[in-house]
Amino acid sequence: MRIGPGAYLLVSAILFAIGVVGVLIRRNAIVVFMCIELMLNAVNLSFITFAKTNGALDGQVLAFFVMVVAAAEVVVGLGILVTIFRKRSSISVDDVNLLKG
Amino acid sequence: MSPVLAATASENAELVVFVVLAPLAVVSALAMVLTRNAIYSALLLVVNFFCLAGFYVLLEAQFVAAVQVIVYAGAIMVLFLFVLMLLGTGNEVVVKERIRGQRPAAVLLGLGLLVAIVGALAAGVFDAEPASLAAANEGGNVQAVGRLLFTRYTFAFETAGILLVVAAVGALVLGKRQP
Repeated sequence: MRIGPGAYLLVSAILFAIGVVGVLIRRNAIVVFMCIELMLNAVNLSFITFAKTNGALDGQVLAFFVMVVAAAEVVVGLGILVTIFRKRSSISVDDVNLLKG
Repeated sequence: MSPVLAATASENAELVVFVVLAPLAVVSALAMVLTRNAIYSALLLVVNFFCLAGFYVLLEAQFVAAVQVIVYAGAIMVLFLFVLMLLGTGNEVVVKERIRGQRPAAVLLGLGLLVAIVGALAAGVFDAEPASLAAANEGGNVQAVGRLLFTRYTFAFETAGILLVVAAVGALVLGKRQP
């Protein structure tokens, strides 16, 4: 039996949905960040599946660039979280409500 | 062994690896979202990333699989764990929901999203014939990806370098203690 691209895309869709739910239900900002990483990885899996379906490597290069951007995003995001923690001794996303009127 | 038999053998191997990895990936992602301890979340995410690296090998993307293990499971997750330890936030305290009924609504919306994506996939590419990257990977996957990076995607590659420098400088500025 042969595995088609559909199976990989199904796993990718499930992982993406889990990441979305995680972002919505978790309070710890670092865990929210990790859920975003999960979503990025789910999309990467789609890219690489489509690269194989198309018989070209451009999808793999795009996945590589997604990883680069994710690395940059994590560095800046965690820097912001550490700064917030220093100011308010909490990284719960509910406690950061300065923009609330 | 005849070529046909060899092809079926490698297909069977792919099937076995996929059947092991796919539930592991989904279960580790679910457990990562559901567990209260943030450290466990990070470690479960590492498991998930290793599963994805396995998928990438199955999909003939050896270079991206190696980068996934080295950069994601190695560097990025260590950074996450480092910050978790630094901030010392243990278990998540269960606080009152700020918006009533947010969690059930979030789960429902997530399920809706899943149904929508799967529906879109089923309408289009679910039965697409799996092609092979054998021609594109001629002479090695790493070589082929490198050739593409330094020809068609040179500009994007250089821009990624600038982005990383800016991110590093930004992290330094953010991390500096204000006098």
